[in-house]
Amino acid sequence: MDTLAMHISNGIINGPVAAVFAAFALAVLALCVVRGRQDLDERLAPMAGLVAAFIFAVQMLNFPIFTGAVSGHLLGGALATMLVGPWVGTLCVAVVLIVQALVFGDGGVAMLGLNITNMAVIGTAVAYPLVALLLRLLPRTVSGLAATAVVASVVSVLAAAMGFVVQYWLGGTTDLGSGLVGLAGTMAGVHLLIGVGEGLITATTVVTVAKVRPDLVYALRGRRIVTPDTPQVPAAGGAR
Amino acid sequence: MGAGHAHVLYRDRSSPVHRLPPEVKITAMVVFTVAVVATPREAFWAFGGHAILITLVAALARIGPGWLATRALIEVPFVVFAFALPFLGSGDRVHWLGLELSVDGLYGGWNILAKGTLGVLASLVLAGTTTPRDLLLGLDRLRCPQIVTQIATFMLRYLDVLVGEARRMRIARVSRGDDPRFLWQLRGFAAGIGALFLRAFERGERVYLAMVARGYQGRMPDVRRGAGAAGLRHWLAAATVPLAATGVATAAAVLG
Repeated sequence: MDTLAMHISNGIINGPVAAVFAAFALAVLALCVVRGRQDLDERLAPMAGLVAAFIFAVQMLNFPIFTGAVSGHLLGGALATMLVGPWVGTLCVAVVLIVQALVFGDGGVAMLGLNITNMAVIGTAVAYPLVALLLRLLPRTVSGLAATAVVASVVSVLAAAMGFVVQYWLGGTTDLGSGLVGLAGTMAGVHLLIGVGEGLITATTVVTVAKVRPDLVYALRGRRIVTPDTPQVPAAGGAR
Repeated sequence: MGAGHAHVLYRDRSSPVHRLPPEVKITAMVVFTVAVVATPREAFWAFGGHAILITLVAALARIGPGWLATRALIEVPFVVFAFALPFLGSGDRVHWLGLELSVDGLYGGWNILAKGTLGVLASLVLAGTTTPRDLLLGLDRLRCPQIVTQIATFMLRYLDVLVGEARRMRIARVSRGDDPRFLWQLRGFAAGIGALFLRAFERGERVYLAMVARGYQGRMPDVRRGAGAAGLRHWLAAATVPLAATGVATAAAVLG
């Protein structure tokens, strides 16, 4: 059910607002292409592809919350930010949304700008500074990394949901009047749960990768995490 | 793996629509969708016109109405949710709902239903007549930045691996008594996902390094780049549908 709210389909938001957000999304993506090129080396290229595939797959495997009545999925902004950085991360989520719109009709093509703004741009833009800050503040341990992932996920999912509320306020095709507050409340409530779920998934994925291949976690560049409980094993792929 | 999930929607036929170069089809589909969305919602006949256009293209592509209908049904929850959105958001439900249903709510619901369905059908026709590989080729020819097509190429490549692996892991968990239905079972799901991610990455990295060793520089070698590219003839042929849709939308806007 949440999928629908996040993947805005044709006709929910009016044309002019969709056009404005499309222009905005295009501008941000252009910036990401320029900055992302510097990041994308031979280690990050397959990682970016896998992160995109992962987000794509997990968005289809909805995790049911209340026995299937309400289900949600990973938005992936925080995960992408932590694994491949903000620029490539934004591109990864955007690619997922573009392919879903073109191939599966999931989210209207005319609404792509809105969807990209919410999930790719807001999701990563909110997560990245949080991740950078928390990794500085929290102890450099596995639990610190996990906490960072959870907090970044929850906040970025909530921010993306609020992005939709703002867009609906600007250009919803059906005037809700005071119901907009109710919409904001519903969205916030549902997405708090989704955010927690997403946080758990993001944390486990990032921690698993960080334990075995810390070199692959973009957010950990130049840092090391202390893992007292795990003996140092040679990383797969050899020392780099 | 080659015939995995990402190819599920492709209908292998031989038709004029299938033979059109992908970049032409993508452009036509996007313009058509924009025209549909721009159509004023009060003009009911205009949506009939759009629907006829889609039906004609689907018939030309030899995509059966049954297939289209079943595939579009998958998206029904999306439309239903959109339809319910005005009611979900209302603060004072029963009263307000009664009033709203009479004018704006009904129009809004119709608007979302019609435009959403037409959009899904347009996507399905595109997906049914174009392989994902060709879609990427089309995006590449439309001057899509290389970094984007590169990410998309790897995404489609790894998707089959991930989906198959995830399905096997899910069956393994369920057959050991896991019932992934409530919040507290997310942990097992998530733990499996971490392992899945890592395994897929290590496989993917080896594939990538092998590609680099064989001269890959961020772009798939395209033997058909020159041959399959769209000519003026293709653009003109494909332009008929979005142009007709734009005409319908303009007429609807002018006539009211």
